Amino acid sequence: MKREKDGHLLEENEDIKYTTCYMCACRCGVKVTLKDGKVRYIQGNSSHPTNKGVICAKGSSGIMKQLSPARITKPLLRKKNAERGEAQFDEISWDQAMDILTKRLAKIRSEDPRKLAFFTGRDQMQALTAYFAKQFGTPNFAAHGGFCSVNMATGMIYSIGGSSWEFGGADYDRTKYMLLFGVAEDHDSNPLKIGLGKIREHNGKLVVINPVRSGYGPIADEWVAIKPGTDGAFILAMIHVLMKNGLYDREFLITRTNAADLVQVTEGDENEGMFHLLSEQDMKDTQSTVWDRKTKTIRESHLEDNDPALLGEFTSPEGKTLKPAFQLMVERVMEDYSPEKASAICGVPAEQIERIALEIGIMARDETIELPIPWVDAWGREHKTTTGHPVAVHAMRGLAAHSNGFQTIRAFSLFMMMLGIIDRPGGFRYKPPFPRPIPPCPKPINSPDQIKPNTPLPNPELGFPSMPEHLMIDENGKPVRIDKAFSWEFPFTAHGMMQNVITNAYKGDPYPIDTLFLFMANMAWNSTMNTGGVIDMLKAKDEKGEYKIPFLVVSDAFFSEQVAFADLVLPDTTYLERHDVISLMDRPISDYSCPADAIRQPILKPKGESRPFQQTLLDLANSLKLQGFCDDNGKPLATKYVDFITRWQPSPNAGVGFLAGWRGKDGTDHMVGEPNPNQWEEYIKHKSFWEMELDDSIKYNRTINQGYLNWAQDHKLKRDNEPIIMHFYSEVMQRFRLSAKGLRKGRQPNTADQKQRIITYFDPLPFWYPPIEHQQVDRKKFNFHAITQRPMPMYHSWDSQNAWLRQIIGQNYLYMNGGRAEEMGLKDMDWVWVESPTGKIRVQVKFSEAVQPDTVWTWNAIGKYPGAWNLDPNADEAKKGFLLNHLISEELDHTDGTRISNSDPISGQAAWFDLMVKITKADEEGHWPQFKPIEPLPHMEKRPDMIRYGFKEDK
Amino acid sequence: MQLALVIDLNKCVGCHACATNCKSWNTGGEYGPLTDKDPYGTKPLGVWFNRVQTYEVGKFPNTEVINFPKSCMHCKNAPCVEVCPTGASYKRDEDGIVLVNYNDCIGCKYCSWACPYGVREFDSHEGVMKKCTLCVDRINNQDLPEAERKPACVLACPTGARTFGDIDDPRSAASIAIRDKQGHKILPEAGTDPSNHYLPQRKAKIILDEEELHVKPLAIVAVEKKITSYKEQILDDFVSP
Repeated sequence: MKREKDGHLLEENEDIKYTTCYMCACRCGVKVTLKDGKVRYIQGNSSHPTNKGVICAKGSSGIMKQLSPARITKPLLRKKNAERGEAQFDEISWDQAMDILTKRLAKIRSEDPRKLAFFTGRDQMQALTAYFAKQFGTPNFAAHGGFCSVNMATGMIYSIGGSSWEFGGADYDRTKYMLLFGVAEDHDSNPLKIGLGKIREHNGKLVVINPVRSGYGPIADEWVAIKPGTDGAFILAMIHVLMKNGLYDREFLITRTNAADLVQVTEGDENEGMFHLLSEQDMKDTQSTVWDRKTKTIRESHLEDNDPALLGEFTSPEGKTLKPAFQLMVERVMEDYSPEKASAICGVPAEQIERIALEIGIMARDETIELPIPWVDAWGREHKTTTGHPVAVHAMRGLAAHSNGFQTIRAFSLFMMMLGIIDRPGGFRYKPPFPRPIPPCPKPINSPDQIKPNTPLPNPELGFPSMPEHLMIDENGKPVRIDKAFSWEFPFTAHGMMQNVITNAYKGDPYPIDTLFLFMANMAWNSTMNTGGVIDMLKAKDEKGEYKIPFLVVSDAFFSEQVAFADLVLPDTTYLERHDVISLMDRPISDYSCPADAIRQPILKPKGESRPFQQTLLDLANSLKLQGFCDDNGKPLATKYVDFITRWQPSPNAGVGFLAGWRGKDGTDHMVGEPNPNQWEEYIKHKSFWEMELDDSIKYNRTINQGYLNWAQDHKLKRDNEPIIMHFYSEVMQRFRLSAKGLRKGRQPNTADQKQRIITYFDPLPFWYPPIEHQQVDRKKFNFHAITQRPMPMYHSWDSQNAWLRQIIGQNYLYMNGGRAEEMGLKDMDWVWVESPTGKIRVQVKFSEAVQPDTVWTWNAIGKYPGAWNLDPNADEAKKGFLLNHLISEELDHTDGTRISNSDPISGQAAWFDLMVKITKADEEGHWPQFKPIEPLPHMEKRPDMIRYGFKEDK
Repeated sequence: MQLALVIDLNKCVGCHACATNCKSWNTGGEYGPLTDKDPYGTKPLGVWFNRVQTYEVGKFPNTEVINFPKSCMHCKNAPCVEVCPTGASYKRDEDGIVLVNYNDCIGCKYCSWACPYGVREFDSHEGVMKKCTLCVDRINNQDLPEAERKPACVLACPTGARTFGDIDDPRSAASIAIRDKQGHKILPEAGTDPSNHYLPQRKAKIILDEEELHVKPLAIVAVEKKITSYKEQILDDFVSP
């Protein structure tokens, strides 16, 4: 007798369940068909806001994740006589494991909580992991954003109060012209694909700007083969063309941005480069000014009836010279960024830059989308319709992973502002909880005095500084965090600087730590720069024979390279075996018009003794009696993760928590409401996600939409209902500059190098500069840019042991422009040495016509350590796959003679695309270096000779 | 009736979703399993009903890249059926799907030599030939919701590059796509009359005419020099809408 469920007729032994994918960072809804308690099929959830029924190659391969013989199913302790990296462990019980860890952490916490460095990789529960660290009392927490794309996040958030990927994106339904910068694939993998499919369907034009025509490049109408690290010049030249031809949306700029605000250009005092403020008594103290064209007076900015000048030069009553921010930008781009000048930098013909800028600018000017949606702006003006322009832009790591990425992304944001395409139909749209104030409210702790034994931090470990007083430095201006985030060297490090944790901990700079606790982070291999060096640091010992990084705890579900270096291993589950939340407090699944969040529910039982890391972390917090997890008497709020999620609130009666749906005792409240003990059941009933569609009138123009701003305040997304004025001009950055110049009271940098660095890079208007590594290396010798991309079937997927995906790509080559290679006397498939100033590898070249001639590239993270992931030690990944990481230095020479992180000087983003290499023909063949294989762990399953998953005996 | 796939190369980004979702459905389906030999070893070799190849065309900088998913074409004149000595390979009358009856297949591989598209997949463990069935166990499966009675690759495809339907029915979405978007068959010279069609890459172009460019240039230089207290610059914002 079959039973009906969601349109399926199911046999007794079958079931249908909904959960959230975790094969990458996209967070799609999946529908899982189960048969005999095993996964029969995984498909997209057709009602889910993220993927709307479709699914990618990774999500479709979830079955093979469950079958992997690399599962770790027992807690492990490194054998007494074994060295790190040998992967020799004793199997221990969970009680033993938790006892060892609790004792160690309790001691650290009672003496010096900084000695715990807790870094998580592609963690989708940063709201919980960050909270654990904060309540523990260590500032040393971050996830992988420092590697990944913090430039993209901060560059846009400090400009427009929102960012791309899960925080916003293009209005693909309506856009007719789209520029895609530096995107081979992206976080929002399926939404991007769905969207680009729509652009193709309605014959919109797609232009990709990328040194390699890979990823989405093949379906583009035009490929701009740009040199890596030069996109800033390209964008500034497009801004030049827009300005020169008057192709900018004046109304948008004067209403929604500070482009018309008057900047004090007089040099040498505390107001240099700051906005001019009116001093009348009744003015709000922070209100900047504009030159009103109608009254011909200086007035408070953003008044309802202003007609502000964007151009010109004015004199204040005090006799100071004032210019609108826009005027300053005009002067800059007209002088420095003509298409011809930019062409010399980025290698794109000037005619092509100019044509693309005109195409997009003219379409934005001449084509207006008008939706019959009335709305009211923050000044109370009623708009009968909602309008926009059908042009959109999107960018990712190609802009981000450079040491000039922040300013490049500032330029990208200004380009969007000039086109007037932010949160309007046809352009870029925010996903709630964005837009947020610029910069958003959370500020990190700002002094070592705020770190106390056995005490939670008063502020988070991460945040958005808006003045030097928000930096996390000591009285001598030295960094407080182990990764040196929020220092004078790296002020806007909103995602931390995971890339420097091991190097700094090894050096004991700024101080030695005791325990490095890693979750889902493969820093011993592909998630690090200078892989060989980092491996040595993990193994390094002091003169007493003790490891320089004394204790290394790793939680992972699989036998990754990182596990081999652990002292203590905590086996995690897969995504199909656990509860989890994808929270609005973290990286939500919201759609443009719908705040949304989601859960994971266990579809299968955890394998062996593996435990969900969420539960492990909660157990740890409870046994350490951390405040916030436990009451003053040490009694836990909850012992089970699911209960903790429903019960926890940031403060008593706050009415908000990890999950926004079905709050309130009876589950009828959303966003705000008291905890609901049945919240999980409601999610499960509703296919494991919650969404709430906004009223039409508050779906657009949200930075200045009164209805939305009121709604956001009522629903606790915003503290106030003030409009969010975009930062065309970054006074926030100028504030740091003034401190560096000694013109601002309060904190000032101590050294000449710190001062110079801030003065150089903290320009309140975007500019292009050569990436820092390019400034240092001998460009004649190291004459090729070397970059990596991740293949679509593996993007942001950390299980390339997957039996299906590894068949798609199991080895990589160094791809090189054929014409250029032939000029060097190379032949297709020759072996070459690839050298950087700090390392070399021997690999095989493959000719390609789809790569810019000064650039070589390869697929990232295909190469594996032999034996890791329980692959055959002679597997292609170990023998023929390679990492470019060996060549990328995590540090560069600093101007003060020390070494400094190879990162963006504003955001701290790892600059792994700045790599320059030299290529020479090799006399020998075969990949180099090769590593000594590790043995599979005794408790792991034997590698099967064959998988016949789904085989039915009765057939 | 001739069921077939129409694949839009103008949308295919080469993500392999079709290929792995096919494996996910079919390995546990009526025509599975899709055996994977040496899955964690030196030469993993699996059965795939659907594979995606990527080609470069042209010389830099005029390079085009084409992703090309390929599976059984369900030919009207299927050579694999003609050469099969046991009748294991057959073409269904009712919907034109080409199938293999595994019980009758002796693994002689004549069919894979005869197929000009190289889409037959030999399961060396079972000794039988396997291939795309257009998810014959989905498309008429009353146990599935109606909207999901489609091949797994079509349901999965994130860019919507795959259309499934009856190409003999001029009103089907598949036939309309072929007509509207210059759908074509591959290797027509092989005489197999393949049923699957491909839609070519099509470039969108913007044509700017002179009138659209008639904008007075912004005279920045004048602004730089003059200083006027409380008086607006004459050039101010004159071009902006």
